[in-house]
Amino acid sequence: MATIKPQADTHLDEFVGSLGGVSRRSFLKFCAGVAATIGLPAGMAWRIAEAASSPHRLPVIWLSAQECTGCTESLLRSTHPTLEQLILDAISLDYHETLSAGAGHQAEAYKQHSLQENKGKYVLVVDGSIPLKDGGIYCKVANRPIVDHVREAAEGAAAIIAIGSCASWGGIPSSSPNPTGATRVSEVLKDRAVVNIPGCPPNPYNFLTTVLQFLAFNSLPELDSKNRPKFAYDRLIHENCERRPHFDAGRFAVTFGDEGHRQGWCLYKLGCKGPETYANCPSILFGDVGSGAWPVGCGHPCFGCSEEGIGFTKSIHQLAQLRNVTPPAAYPNISEPVGQGITPGSAALVAGITGVVLGAGAVATSRLGSSSDNASADSNDEHD
Amino acid sequence: MSGHAPIAGRLLTKPFIVLALLFMLAVAILLARFIFGLGAVTNINDGYPWGIWIVIDVMIGTAIGCAGYAVALLVYLFNRGEYHPLIRSALMAGLFGYTLAGIAVIFDLGRYWQFYTLLLPWYVQLNSVMLEVAWCVMAYVVVLWIEFTPTFLERLGWHNIREKLSKVLFFFIALGILLPTMHQSSLGTMAVVAGHQISPLWQTQMLPALFLISALLMGYAIVPFEAILAALGLHQPLETPLLAKISAVALAVALFFLALRFGDLIWRDALGLALAGDIQALMFWVESALFIVPVLLLATRTMRTNPRLIFLAAISLLLAGSLYRINTYIIGYQPTAGATWSYFPSVTEIMVTVGIFALEVMLYLLFVKYLPVLHGAAAPPRART
Ligand code: SF4
Ligand code: SF4
Repeated sequence: MATIKPQADTHLDEFVGSLGGVSRRSFLKFCAGVAATIGLPAGMAWRIAEAASSPHRLPVIWLSAQECTGCTESLLRSTHPTLEQLILDAISLDYHETLSAGAGHQAEAYKQHSLQENKGKYVLVVDGSIPLKDGGIYCKVANRPIVDHVREAAEGAAAIIAIGSCASWGGIPSSSPNPTGATRVSEVLKDRAVVNIPGCPPNPYNFLTTVLQFLAFNSLPELDSKNRPKFAYDRLIHENCERRPHFDAGRFAVTFGDEGHRQGWCLYKLGCKGPETYANCPSILFGDVGSGAWPVGCGHPCFGCSEEGIGFTKSIHQLAQLRNVTPPAAYPNISEPVGQGITPGSAALVAGITGVVLGAGAVATSRLGSSSDNASADSNDEHD
Repeated sequence: MSGHAPIAGRLLTKPFIVLALLFMLAVAILLARFIFGLGAVTNINDGYPWGIWIVIDVMIGTAIGCAGYAVALLVYLFNRGEYHPLIRSALMAGLFGYTLAGIAVIFDLGRYWQFYTLLLPWYVQLNSVMLEVAWCVMAYVVVLWIEFTPTFLERLGWHNIREKLSKVLFFFIALGILLPTMHQSSLGTMAVVAGHQISPLWQTQMLPALFLISALLMGYAIVPFEAILAALGLHQPLETPLLAKISAVALAVALFFLALRFGDLIWRDALGLALAGDIQALMFWVESALFIVPVLLLATRTMRTNPRLIFLAAISLLLAGSLYRINTYIIGYQPTAGATWSYFPSVTEIMVTVGIFALEVMLYLLFVKYLPVLHGAAAPPRART
């Protein structure tokens, strides 16, 4: 990408104003961060920056089903300095129930307009689960069940992203007894590929990175068997957790506030679901405030919000099932021995050996002639 | 290779039996180590994960084993054929030092059953100093055995194979010079990795060079040491002129080492710590004295023809090199400031080390008595030996 560098430079300088006061430097820093998250070389940041600042903005239609707006909130509350301006300026958010300027018939009309105008070009984002029971009447927008809206918008969508655990696999609304027959987005769009970004809420960067990759490269990140982007969901929480050494050494907090809990030991016995939850929380963290800013870092067990069949399904303090490591049958001590100093026995032994070595050396030396003649070999003994 | 001959004589002498008992004791302790774990027999702990089994058995063991390397360097690299009579016994010291060190590492490995993964390329982490040391030492043990093979072949009377082997031997001799250069310096690098945990009296970027040079020095010391003991205990002729020459080499290397060691200490402004009056300062002075004394003992040409002085200088150098390693890795090492870790080897730990050295001497006796190792060997005057 070295060749486009100078161009991009001037181009971005012109763009500064429309970044809502964001400096060119911090904008590029953000793009470099995005490139790194999806595992691209730093040079790619320029391409992402170009795409994100292009005047042809990517149209996005955002539909909300049975949801709590947590996903939107976390996206907006992200304290990354440039994030909200960037996401609102880099894309053209044509419809979003919480964020749209218009309301009622006006908003619906604009949505219809955008769906026709940008057919085949827009990205459809859905948060919340889709109720199917009783004809989907438990979640209606503009007097139509949400499932109809989703199917309609999916038709002309270039890509479909299910954000949050509800959209990805049902989330809270689908928890037993599931009164509304809530289900995942991919369930109602069986013939379409749906990218799942689970989490309650998901880390905003996992979403942004996916969108920006689509924006810059017109492709979607590599997905795992549950259609989650691999860059974010291919590792267990447990694999990158900073408390993992305590797990391996058998040091567990047993109740909140106990000695082990205060010392930052592993939360496995408090029901931490890290060992069976795939997400990048321990490495990417939350809120841009530095290390420790994630649930386990603050002393609460992970409850597996992003994992189907774990979050909102297993009880919070139930023991996690270990996927790839089982704790050893016998744990090492909690208080490590600090080592034994000198003992009379070992001291005597060292002194004895030193004495034998020096004595043997002295005897051997005394037997050696002081001239260059051969040694006087008059003894039967062997020395070592 | 004419002139080398076995010295024959009875093997089961009294000293040999004592050595065998010591070795058997070590075996018994090692049995306990493998059944009950490292904690049961050693005093090593999370703060001091390396005790004397590594520092003495492996680091000092291989440094003593540098005899073969040091003499080969003279004979083949500097083309000084006059040292050739020494090469076999020097190689043999290397053979024992390295083979036993390689085995001793296993005792200290917490998860020794994973040892073989070292050889599986897909587990390899190429930036690891430890890997380099492990590979080099393993390769060098093999090379030493190959270099020593002519001795066995001569004994067996297989002169045909012996002839063929000597055609390719140069390749292994070259390897035998390259490999120790690599790993003896890496043994110093491993201490560099420990960073500020090692006192500035020893911690320096020069550690690889200092470890390599001091290993050479120990190699040049073990040759006269061994020759003189063989003369005394096994009634062998003493080739004093040759020993005088090798002592001159040792003197030059020792001077170079001291210049580098103290130059580095002054350059880094670390010498003040030597006056701190603590155990580290004391051990530093003992170590330095042991390096300086041989220089004084071997100062003039006449002094270098005196077997007594040569012998004393050799002992001093061996102790100096050993203490340098113990100081770097144990005395000069402080796991974390203010922590309560401590380490002193346990009786069982020491007895294993003693047992390994006993085995080394036993093997020496076995080899010189039955294989053509010693140069110009003479039959002992009394059959009893
Ligand atoms: S169980 Fe939880 S707290 Fe413990 S190491 Fe795993 S993820 Fe971390
Ligand atoms: S740590 Fe666990 S509960 Fe928290 S956001 Fe990550 S996956 Fe969800």
